[in-house]
Amino acid sequence: MNDAVADLRPVVEARNVSKIFLTGTHEVKALDSVSLTAVRGECLAIVGESGSGKTTFANMLLGIYPPSTGEFFLDGELLPARRTLPLRRSIQFVQQNPLSSLNPRRMVGASLRLALNVHEIGDRPGRKARIGALLEEVGLPADFAHRYPSALSGGQRQRVAIARALACEPEVLVLDEPTSALDVLVQARVLKLLDELRQRRNLTYVFITHDLGVVRNIADRVAVFERGRLVEQAPTETIFEQPANAYTRSLIGAIPVITDDEEALRRKVMEETSAG
Amino acid sequence: MRRTLSILLSNPLSVIGLILVGTVVFSAVFADLIAPFPSHRGAVVDFTNFNQPPHWPNIFGTDLVGRDVFSRILYAYRISLLLGVVVLAIAVPIGVTVGLAAGYLGGWAEFILMRLTDVFLSIPPLVLAMSVMGVLEPTLTNGMLAVTTMWWPWYARLVYNVTRSEAQEGYVLAAEIIGASRLHIMFREILPNCVPSIVTKMTLDLGFVILIASSLSFLGLGVQAPTPDLGSMVAEGGNYLPDSWWLTVFPSLAILIAVFGFNLLGDALRQVLGSDQ
Ligand SMILES: Nc1ncnc2c1ncn2[C@@H]1O[C@H](COP(=O)(O)OP(=O)(O)OP(=O)(O)O)[C@@H](O)[C@H]1O
Ligand SMILES: [Mg+2]
Repeated sequence: MNDAVADLRPVVEARNVSKIFLTGTHEVKALDSVSLTAVRGECLAIVGESGSGKTTFANMLLGIYPPSTGEFFLDGELLPARRTLPLRRSIQFVQQNPLSSLNPRRMVGASLRLALNVHEIGDRPGRKARIGALLEEVGLPADFAHRYPSALSGGQRQRVAIARALACEPEVLVLDEPTSALDVLVQARVLKLLDELRQRRNLTYVFITHDLGVVRNIADRVAVFERGRLVEQAPTETIFEQPANAYTRSLIGAIPVITDDEEALRRKVMEETSAG
Repeated sequence: MRRTLSILLSNPLSVIGLILVGTVVFSAVFADLIAPFPSHRGAVVDFTNFNQPPHWPNIFGTDLVGRDVFSRILYAYRISLLLGVVVLAIAVPIGVTVGLAAGYLGGWAEFILMRLTDVFLSIPPLVLAMSVMGVLEPTLTNGMLAVTTMWWPWYARLVYNVTRSEAQEGYVLAAEIIGASRLHIMFREILPNCVPSIVTKMTLDLGFVILIASSLSFLGLGVQAPTPDLGSMVAEGGNYLPDSWWLTVFPSLAILIAVFGFNLLGDALRQVLGSDQ
């Protein structure tokens, strides 16, 4: 967590953003007049149950499709529907499923090189070294550049996806459930990596999740979506200690809690398995 | 690559396919060395030894002007394969580009390109080829042109279908968010994922192109005399059945071996490369 958020100007701002999808005959209001900001260096978590509009918000921020009404700003500048290369470079994306987000027929190095080539980062010979450095920055050996995604574990693939996003040297990283496809131990390590990267590179995260355990670990502030509406927005501690909104309370109430008895049992089991 | 080969070799049917295709390709490439009478691919006449059943050294017999049938089959393979390779070398890039563009770009590009493809697909191939050959002179070049015209739409449709499903994958979205060009996404991201289906279809099609080319020359529209061609050999020999059976049977077997071989190999590749098109 980043306690001293030095720069308080908003990097990302959403102003009265709405999205209506037309599905056949009827309309789906996926997002209803949402206004949100994230300041430089912070991790803003967006939580809410399935279908509450989190992904829709992320997709519009990334320019995948435009909002029906309302607008987004980056560093105070209006984000157009058609994103220029510098704007694409500034806002990058880590997807939920690293199995699908990496091209199975291209080597890891080629996937990273694409970002460097498109944005003309570094000179041609320097890019090879840069790819190695990026892989090492996310905790992978540099020679993974010559591997295909099928030769990587889920956690390693997600690290590659993170490295690819970082290759663009973005200001903002949009993460849509980046750890929910991973198993618990790997999840914790990837979260730790993300937290370190954010501090080192002074990145701003828009971190979408419906796992409040993850929120507690990484977020500075939390925005709660319910059926397309922003129902609460507060620092992480406040959300957990005194949630103002009834819906937020029910979300927090739904976190599985380990009681003292269960915790004792878990220790016993772990000791037995490690002894055996 | 090595894995693909070892899987191929573990299946008897694909081994047969490999052997047949290998034989055909070998015959075509080394015809000059294998053929006992290389000059018989041209307009040679030998009235001392014409219309003879198989005997040494004319193991497949001789034709009506005394040319060695075996030698002519080897050279006919060369022409057929060349025809197949040239047709695919033109049809595949066109079809692949059309399919990628229609499948990835969508909208108007998709509408126009796929309607065009459907129009071509709705014409029976032989009819289209015959009409092209009817309008143009029946030369080998025009034959290739005719066959190519009817071949690219199959690749357009195949690649279109694969592209439509690949375009939903996260890696395409990732490339878009990075800001990669549409050309890059089509040819460098999506195309590599279409390659298994394309290679499989190309293998199957080499057999079919040979068959179609033979049908055309059987109808008198393909390769012209004296250039040897399997279809023309079958057509001419048919007039002298059953007495001069060797004039028909050996060229027919040659067509069968080629088509059968490429089909077996294509089917095997389809399974090994895991393409379900
Ligand atoms: N392309 C679309 N066309 C039509 N409706 C859509 C589309 N995308 C999203 N929706 C609808 O908009 C609503 C919000 O969806 P969204 O994917 O943003 O939810 P989410 O909060 O990300 O859910 P989850 O936690 O399951 O990922 C849902 O009702 C969904 O069905
Ligand atoms: Mg979602």
